[in-house]
Amino acid sequence: MINWTNLAAQAFNGLVLGALLALISSGLTIIYGTLGVLNLAHGAMFMLGGYAGYVAYSYTDSFIVAVLAGSLFVMLVGVAMERCIIRHFYDRPDEDQLLVTFGLGIVSVEAVRYFFGSLSKPLPAPALLTGITGLGFMFYPTYRLALLGIVAAALLVLYAVLYRTRIGMIVRAGIEDSVMVDALGINIYRVFMLVFGIGAMAAGFAGIVNTPVVSLSPDMGESILVQAFVVVVIGGVGSFRGAVLGGLIGGEIISITSMINPGYAYVMLFVAMTAVLVLRPYGLLGTSGRS
Amino acid sequence: MLTKRPFLIELLTALGLIIAPFVLPHLYFAPDTINRILVWGIFGIGFDILFGFTGLLSFGQSAFYGTGGFVAAYLLTVANLQNVWASLVMGMIAAAAVGYLVGLIALRRTGIYFAMITVAIAEVFFFVEFNPLSAYTGGENGLPGVPTPQLNLAFTTIQFNTTPSMYAFLAFWYFVGLVIALRIVRSPVGTVLRAIRDNPLRAAAVGHNIHAYKLTAFVIAAAYAGFAGGLLGVMQGFMPPDAFMFDTSGQLIMQTAIGGAGTLFGPLVGASLWLFLSDFLQGPLQLGSTWKLVLGVVFVLLVCFLRHGIVGGLADLVRLIRRLGPAGAPAPEADTLFEGSEDCTPTPMRQAPVSHGTADIVLETKGVSRRFGGILANSDIDFRVRRGELLGIIGPNGAGKTTFFKMLTCEVHPSAGRIVFEGRDITGLDVTAVCQLGLTKSYQVNQLFSRLTVRENIVIAALADKRGAFRLDLFRSLHGVTGLDARVEETLAMVGLTARAGHPVSELAYGEKRRLEIGLALATSPSLLLLDEPLAGMSPRERTDTVRLLRSIARGRTMIVIDHDMAALFELVERITVLNEGRVLTEGTPEQIKRNAAVQEAYLGGVMAA
Repeated sequence: MINWTNLAAQAFNGLVLGALLALISSGLTIIYGTLGVLNLAHGAMFMLGGYAGYVAYSYTDSFIVAVLAGSLFVMLVGVAMERCIIRHFYDRPDEDQLLVTFGLGIVSVEAVRYFFGSLSKPLPAPALLTGITGLGFMFYPTYRLALLGIVAAALLVLYAVLYRTRIGMIVRAGIEDSVMVDALGINIYRVFMLVFGIGAMAAGFAGIVNTPVVSLSPDMGESILVQAFVVVVIGGVGSFRGAVLGGLIGGEIISITSMINPGYAYVMLFVAMTAVLVLRPYGLLGTSGRS
Repeated sequence: MLTKRPFLIELLTALGLIIAPFVLPHLYFAPDTINRILVWGIFGIGFDILFGFTGLLSFGQSAFYGTGGFVAAYLLTVANLQNVWASLVMGMIAAAAVGYLVGLIALRRTGIYFAMITVAIAEVFFFVEFNPLSAYTGGENGLPGVPTPQLNLAFTTIQFNTTPSMYAFLAFWYFVGLVIALRIVRSPVGTVLRAIRDNPLRAAAVGHNIHAYKLTAFVIAAAYAGFAGGLLGVMQGFMPPDAFMFDTSGQLIMQTAIGGAGTLFGPLVGASLWLFLSDFLQGPLQLGSTWKLVLGVVFVLLVCFLRHGIVGGLADLVRLIRRLGPAGAPAPEADTLFEGSEDCTPTPMRQAPVSHGTADIVLETKGVSRRFGGILANSDIDFRVRRGELLGIIGPNGAGKTTFFKMLTCEVHPSAGRIVFEGRDITGLDVTAVCQLGLTKSYQVNQLFSRLTVRENIVIAALADKRGAFRLDLFRSLHGVTGLDARVEETLAMVGLTARAGHPVSELAYGEKRRLEIGLALATSPSLLLLDEPLAGMSPRERTDTVRLLRSIARGRTMIVIDHDMAALFELVERITVLNEGRVLTEGTPEQIKRNAAVQEAYLGGVMAA
């Protein structure tokens, strides 16, 4: 016997998680698409966003300041990382890029652990968004509902930046052919730096707005990174729309499976990824363009 | 580096393993730490074959480490199997079997996709161990009570239940694992794995089934991981669930990168440094959990500045000293003159009978077209090559010459039409299969195995012909491949690179690289050889040399040459096909082509005709 209210609640949870995954994965995918670097420190950026927001909140008691400061901080970390380290790895093999971003992720996690300890830190939702809201057929935590809106808005902003602005056009051109963009007289390295910053910020923003739901710990980025990988493989590397679609699919799979048996959530996610790899090797919305 | 003196490395390793327990404690290594280093070392040997030799960076090795460990521990505890040795082997087999299945999925893609998929797989295994299978694995408690091994000799029983005796047990297995790995690395399979690391595209194009070889490396790595996992449980008397954690894969990767990938010893050296520092930072320095931060920073710095790790760095240093030292005579003049090979007897073609009539048609295309989106690169091409012919294809830039070649070698599949080679329809086959049938090409842009020597390059290509697309001769030496050495020497002589055989490709002059490019194609002993702009970018002298080389190769072979150097081509070939805007414009002897008005118009836009 299926409990419909329960299923609806889980489907909603899946939507929230899916939107978050979509945002994180689109950051990952535009970095990879443009720079050709898979950022294994992306999960750490998600975690850093949460902690930066936490610090800002503990000084100002303002959720909005926390979100802004957290995102901005992660963007700066991303820019600094690209400028100082990643840039020197564009000409090196893929494996070296993976190794160095992996190392940077570990350094970030351990640095946070050093300063904040391993115990998890809570960050309350703004007073306006606490409590529960009646949706007619069920009651749902207000903040999660708001979270869905916040993340959807962030995705729209990212979409607008990518598809409606000059810089977005350059980034998309860079995804197609960065050498050509460079040849057209656009300083591609400045674009790379910016893209890395924006991509990191997407993860950091997701990290901070998600904190009232989960509370912070230094290791929180790891499982998110794994989920983002699956999302990107399902959606197609380098595709913004693919990341959104993959994120929603991934979020629903995790939530619905968790309702039945949490132990199988990852198994189902993995089954979906395998099915996509077999049927559409380049992802649902990916193309074989960039190898 | 690994082949100069037989058994020297094995001997030194054995000595090192015997001396280590007496020396290392004086360097503040705890006895227990030394044992753990060996387990990581065995785990790492397999991983190095996968990552260092094949170039596949897997983030999922914990899955196989855990599988092997838990299967062995389960057999020894719950299933109450008494025999530790048998359990270890069964754990290894289970890990290898799982590795095979996982490899089938993960190896569908390469590069970062492969990395992401392996991360995901490792995470799945972790969750499966914790939840659905917790009845068998003990979930987060792991499996306690794993017995220590013992060896029943006729007169006595040796117990490996103390730290020093456990060292002997582990050192024995490390040695066995290393000897096996050395054999694999020196075997034809090992050579092909390195070829895949350097240039997978060309490795497939010279006729190796690279997917099967990658899967082989993946299974080998899984088997080593599984065995090491089993040893972990036996060593600790307890199989910990964190063997399955992503951190395990991460630590393995970092240790291997720190020690030096592609050296087999790198993982052991990396593990020594890692575990020593972790003990040292947590013990005497009282850093607590900060040790991992320090090690993370060390790792990032090493990746940035010491690209080949500690062992690789030492090897580079030795090479540098040798080169600078008085013993190392200055390298021979880089620009060795190509002496020509007119006297060289060419390798006979695979199927030599020169017959006449329709049977002597080697290759035929019927109505072949290729469309890229809105662009028709090739349109309705009918083309024939007779046995023993030397054919030229010319055409202005963008005429579709290279696309046509790619379709002949099945790198690109035609949108319409059929290609028949040696009476067999090859439309839709892949490049590896076609090369195995005897049709291959030298590339317009060099596709070499750039980290290997000239000889190794030729060996790789010749192996594909001598052994077929895939063979699992893991323990055969390269010299054991019948006819390989002769083929390699012959090919080297033919392309005039015998004197440069021991040099890495990166040291070659451009003209030499071009000749090696042709040599790679030749070494597969093709019955039809395609040459895509063999003269492009050459100096006048290199050009003359290469034309002479082509002429000598052409004897007893069927060849098609694309080039823009009309003078050279007209002199070289017997018949020419002219392509223009994706279609066959005309064909004929060089004399006919020279006088053809349509050809002049295609090239010069009608100026001559006016």
